[in-house]
Amino acid sequence: MKRSQSIFKILSYTILVLGLVIVAIPFWYMISTAFKPQTMVFELPPQIWPNPSTLNNFIKALTTDKFGLYFLNSTKVTIISTLSTVLISSMLAFAFARLNFRFKEPLFYLLLLGMMVPPVMLIIPQFVISHWLNLYNNLWGLILVYVTMNISMQTFLLRGVFEDVPKDLEEAAMIDGGSPWTIFTKIVLPLSRPGLAVVTINSFLYSWEEYSWANVNIGDSANRTLPIGIALFQTEHLTEWGQVFAASLVALIPVVIIFIVFQRYFIQGISTTGIKG
Amino acid sequence: MSIISSPAAPGQDILNTIEITENNEVTFNPRGKIDVMQANKSRNQILPAIIFLLPGFVLFFVFFLGPLLYSFRISFFDWNFVHPDRSVFVGLQNYTDQLKSPIFQRAVINTAVYTVISVIVKMVLGFFVAVLLNQKLRGRTFFRVTYYLPVITSWVIVSLLFTYMFSGQGGLVNYFLKDVLHVIDKNIMWLADPVLALAPVVLSDIWKGVGWTALIFMSGLQTIPVEMLEAAAVDGANWWNRLVKIVLPMMRSTLVFLLVVQILGGLNAYVSFQLITGGDPMDQTHSILTLMYRATFERLDFGGGAAISYLLTLFVFVLSIIQLKLLRKPAGE
Repeated sequence: MKRSQSIFKILSYTILVLGLVIVAIPFWYMISTAFKPQTMVFELPPQIWPNPSTLNNFIKALTTDKFGLYFLNSTKVTIISTLSTVLISSMLAFAFARLNFRFKEPLFYLLLLGMMVPPVMLIIPQFVISHWLNLYNNLWGLILVYVTMNISMQTFLLRGVFEDVPKDLEEAAMIDGGSPWTIFTKIVLPLSRPGLAVVTINSFLYSWEEYSWANVNIGDSANRTLPIGIALFQTEHLTEWGQVFAASLVALIPVVIIFIVFQRYFIQGISTTGIKG
Repeated sequence: MSIISSPAAPGQDILNTIEITENNEVTFNPRGKIDVMQANKSRNQILPAIIFLLPGFVLFFVFFLGPLLYSFRISFFDWNFVHPDRSVFVGLQNYTDQLKSPIFQRAVINTAVYTVISVIVKMVLGFFVAVLLNQKLRGRTFFRVTYYLPVITSWVIVSLLFTYMFSGQGGLVNYFLKDVLHVIDKNIMWLADPVLALAPVVLSDIWKGVGWTALIFMSGLQTIPVEMLEAAAVDGANWWNRLVKIVLPMMRSTLVFLLVVQILGGLNAYVSFQLITGGDPMDQTHSILTLMYRATFERLDFGGGAAISYLLTLFVFVLSIIQLKLLRKPAGE
C-alpha cells in the first residue's frame, strides 16, 4: 500500500513537471525573444538565453509608435471601466438583493440575458450606435461598452454576495433612520469586500485585455489601447518579433503583479466567469 | 440621498413587525417576520429602486438590448451604413446568401472542428491535472499558479506567440519536429495551408485553457467526500472503478457546466483566429465570428454580418436548450 502510494506520487510529480515544461516553453520563448537582437530572432537551434542579449527591443518598443500613449490610454480605460463596473453592478445587485419593487424578477432575468450573448456578436450594432452618439474613436466609447458587457455577470455575482450579508444589521440601521443608500454604503459594501475584489479583478482583466471592440471602435492611432497597439505592431513591423514581445511583456507586467498579489480573488473570480476571447 | 426615504417610516415598520410577530408568538419563525416586513417595505422602495437601477439599466438598454434588437433589424436589410434610411429591405436574403456561401460553410466547419478538438482535449487534460493537484503534494500552490499563467495572459499575446512559434522558416515548432524529433524532412508552412493553419489556433486554446478547466474540476473534486473513496478502496474497487462509478457521476454538474461554457466559448472564437490566420489563405480558415467581422468591416456588408451573428445565436440558443435539459435531468430522476 505504502509503496504503491509513493510510486503514484513520483508519477504525479513527473506528469506535473512535464505539464509545467509545456506551459513554460512559450513563455520562455517570448521572454528570450524580447532580449534577442533582430538578426537572431529566427536563429536555430534556439538558445536558452540569447547571446548577445540586448535591451534594444524594449527601448525601441517603448519609445516608438506612441507605445507610452497606448499604455496611458489602456490605464485610463481600465481604471474608469473598473470603478464604474464595481459601482454600477453593486448598485444593481443591492436593488435585486435588498429592495422590493414591481417587476423585480423579470428585470433581473432581462439583465441576465447579457451573460448569454457573446460580446463580439454585438460589435456591428454597437459600432452603428457609437457613430450616432459620437463615441466612435473615443475612449468613452470603449469604457461605456466595457461596463455594459460586464454588469450582467458581475451583478449576478454580487447579488449572491449581498444576500449573505446578515439582515439584522440592516434592520438596526433602519431603526436608526438609515436610508437605503446609507445601508448600501455603510453596511452592505464594507461587509462584501471579497466579492467586490473579485468583481474588480474580473473587470480589470476584461478592460485591460479587450481587443475586439477596441479594434473596431478606435480608428485614430492616438486613441489606441495596448492590445490594439501590440496586435498592430506585428503587422506594421512584420518581422520585428523582439519588439512585439518586449511590448507584450510590458503589457503583461501589471496583470502578473495583480495576479500574484490577489491570487485568491483572481482564481475565485475566473472560476466564476471564465475568460474567453 | 435623504429625499429617497422618510426616516420615520421604516423604523415604524420594524416596530410594527416585531409587535405583530410577538403577539402571534411566532418570533422564532423568521419567514413570517420577513413576509410582514416585505409587505410593509414595498410601498417605500420604488424610488430607491429606481435610483439604484437607473445607471445600470440605461447602459444596458443603450449598449446591449438596443444593439441586440437593432442588429436583428439590420440583418433583414441591404444596409446602407452612411444613410440608414436608404437601406433596402431584402427579407431573408442575407441569411440564405450566407447559408449557401461556401466560405460560410467552411467557417462553420472550422469552428466546429476547433470546438470539438479543443474542448475534448481541455476537459481530459484539465481533469487529470485536477486529480493530480488534488493530492497533498509539496509545491501544490506553485504548480497551480504556474498552470494559471496562460489563463491570465491576454488572447492577443497568446495569439502572437503561437503565430511566431509556428513560423514556417525558423519557427520553434518546425525545429522540434524536424531537427529534434526528425518526424518531418522539411519545414511545414503552417499558416499557408488551409487545414494546418488551424493547428496553432487549436493548440493556443488548449495551452491557454487547461489551467481553467483544471481549476473548475478541482473545485468539483473537493465536493466528493474522501471517506466514500476510501470505503470503495477498502471494498476492493480499483482506480478505474472509483473514477467511473463514484467520481464522474458525482461531478455531473461540474462536467455539464464545463462542457457548456467551453462549447459556447469555442463557437465564439474570434481573437485567435483573427490574429493567427486572419482567414487566410483564401478565406478558408475563418471562424464564424471572424467571417462576420470580414463581411461587415472589410466588405461593408452590414446586413450579411448581422445575419451571420444571428445564425450563430441560433446555434447557441439550441445548445442552451440542450444544456437546460441536461441540467434538469438529475432533479427528475
